[in-house]
Amino acid sequence: MKKGLTKWFTGMMIGTLLLTTAGCGGGSAPAANSESEGAGAAKIGVVAYLSGGGAAYGQSQKEGLDLAKDEINALGKVKIELVYEDSRGNNTEAINAVNKLINKDNVVALIGPTLSGEMFASGPIANQSGVPIMGTSTTAEGITDIGEFVFRNALPESSAVPQAVKMAVEKYNLKKVAIMYSSNNDWAVSGYKTMEQALKDNGVEVLATETFADKDTDFSAQLTKISSLKPDAVMVSSLYQEAALVLKKAREIGITVPFVGTNGFNSPELIKIAGKAADGAIVASPWYPGKENEKITKFVTDYKAKYNKVPDQFAAQSYDALYIYASALEKAGSSTDRAKLRDSLATIKDFQGVTGKFAFDEKRNPLMDATVLIVKDGQFTELK
Amino acid sequence: MFWQQLVNGLTLGSTYSLVALGYTLIMGVLNIINMAHGEVFMFGAFVGLFLVNYLKVNIFVAMAGAMVASALLGILLEMLALRPLRRRAVSDLAPLISTIGVSIFLENLALKIFGPQSQAFPAGALSGVQLQLGPIRITLVQIVILGISFGLMFVLRFWLSKTRVGKAIRTTAESIETANLLGINTNKIILLTVALASALGGIAGVLVGLSINAVEPTMGLSMGLKGLAVLILGGMGNITGAMLGGLILGIAEVFTVAYGASSYRDAVAFGIIILILFIRPQGLFGKRQGGRF
Repeated sequence: MKKGLTKWFTGMMIGTLLLTTAGCGGGSAPAANSESEGAGAAKIGVVAYLSGGGAAYGQSQKEGLDLAKDEINALGKVKIELVYEDSRGNNTEAINAVNKLINKDNVVALIGPTLSGEMFASGPIANQSGVPIMGTSTTAEGITDIGEFVFRNALPESSAVPQAVKMAVEKYNLKKVAIMYSSNNDWAVSGYKTMEQALKDNGVEVLATETFADKDTDFSAQLTKISSLKPDAVMVSSLYQEAALVLKKAREIGITVPFVGTNGFNSPELIKIAGKAADGAIVASPWYPGKENEKITKFVTDYKAKYNKVPDQFAAQSYDALYIYASALEKAGSSTDRAKLRDSLATIKDFQGVTGKFAFDEKRNPLMDATVLIVKDGQFTELK
Repeated sequence: MFWQQLVNGLTLGSTYSLVALGYTLIMGVLNIINMAHGEVFMFGAFVGLFLVNYLKVNIFVAMAGAMVASALLGILLEMLALRPLRRRAVSDLAPLISTIGVSIFLENLALKIFGPQSQAFPAGALSGVQLQLGPIRITLVQIVILGISFGLMFVLRFWLSKTRVGKAIRTTAESIETANLLGINTNKIILLTVALASALGGIAGVLVGLSINAVEPTMGLSMGLKGLAVLILGGMGNITGAMLGGLILGIAEVFTVAYGASSYRDAVAFGIIILILFIRPQGLFGKRQGGRF
């Protein structure tokens, strides 16, 4: 028996290893590699989180991109063909996807990946290969420091989070708060650091800092502790999945104060999962579908007609990203020259998108404004 | 706060225990680790969710439904992934690998059928109700989880030690060959055990789904790993061990967060497991020689 036990213990260790690695394999969606777009179409590769825990982000991005592609191709100034790869929110998969798109599909440029961590892993490959890569949701610090070929139209946390914090501090007269963040996610940690700095700048005291991990489901211990400290607000830096469960548990144990979040709060999924508990969640977003603007109204109507739902920030920023590429391609005058595309991309300014007026700064980060939103009765509304 | 955190730890721990019970049953009888148990657990949660959301049944009916569906899944698992290997008397590792295969298959199947988004039980299904008992606040879900886990544990123990079928299971656990010689239909007993273990996994899925109120296809993996840790901690194939092991892990995790730093939660919890295993390598209740349950 003892021998059998040892044997099985070893077996389990091997099994666990196998399971974790096996879990990463397979599943990349076969690329929709149609030649129907015809010769001269610029091939753009998209790496997105299309299956797994954060798939709602990737799905929105794909929908925004598809809508933009159809419109751009219908306009006819440039032709674009999109090749999708699923990164499953996994750094290794993102690297594989970027390698495949660059070397096998020979794309002229890349969009994605969805997560900042994935960008830190796969961005250097695109940069070394001289392929422009644009993140539409990679908001962490230092993304564009990867290199000359790395762009983003995602509003960095360093610009969005302080706006949300400042607004919440003024509005609710916050004196002492608690912070929670996911400690095994690059992007969430970066968001947490920005939050901490912003709180310090506004003279707010931090009562407690609690961590959890992506995919955690039980937050009762952290929240019970926070509840006993009676903070004026709770700051959360995590993806929507965990954020929604945190909100739910918090309301359940009687924490009624506002929750200020990083970009992870920025999804209708947050409200869908958390339900009523999402009320009082505050986030800064470059995207607000309720804004009075012809371009935005048209985008929302078209998107609704096609997908039967209101576009979220991820759809909106991807939609804009493809238009930005389109105008850069038009300026570059070539659908295959990667270096020329990069140079023309870097000069984009005064671009009017659905997320507002847009330009790249000298570090290829976006120059744009954010709107601070709060969830009220299950809807994102402007916090005024 | 201490009592509240204790309740938090007990509820978290009892979900670990429920998951570990399924591992332990199969470990006890077949001496294998069923790596697909976490995914059976996840399927149970989805079946319960489906029954509540679309057929509008009572939550307890949904639990029963999830148990039946998971038991059927367990029967398929035994017939397709375990029995063919047992008949050929291949290496001990083969069933482990084949159950890993089943787990990957089930997870991807769930992704295809149910989609990647997490889904919640409707508000009426048990979740909202709360009781205030002195300093502690406990939800109805927590009470139900505690009640069902402990209830199942006692029923299981009684059933295994007192009934005829239970005795047949224990005999089979002792030695399949001897049980065969004694006229026990071991194939039937094994099938029953796997079905029972899977049914336990299924109801655990619904209960966990209710308590965190989010059901998604990858929920089986992390829960499965916790269940495995509890299996080793409690002593492989020991029911009391699985039960107490789960509670120890849950309380250790919660108290690390409450009185230490949340970043060290897993480090402390698993550190405790390693310490216990240094002192009792066979696990808390495991015996060094034969004789399980």
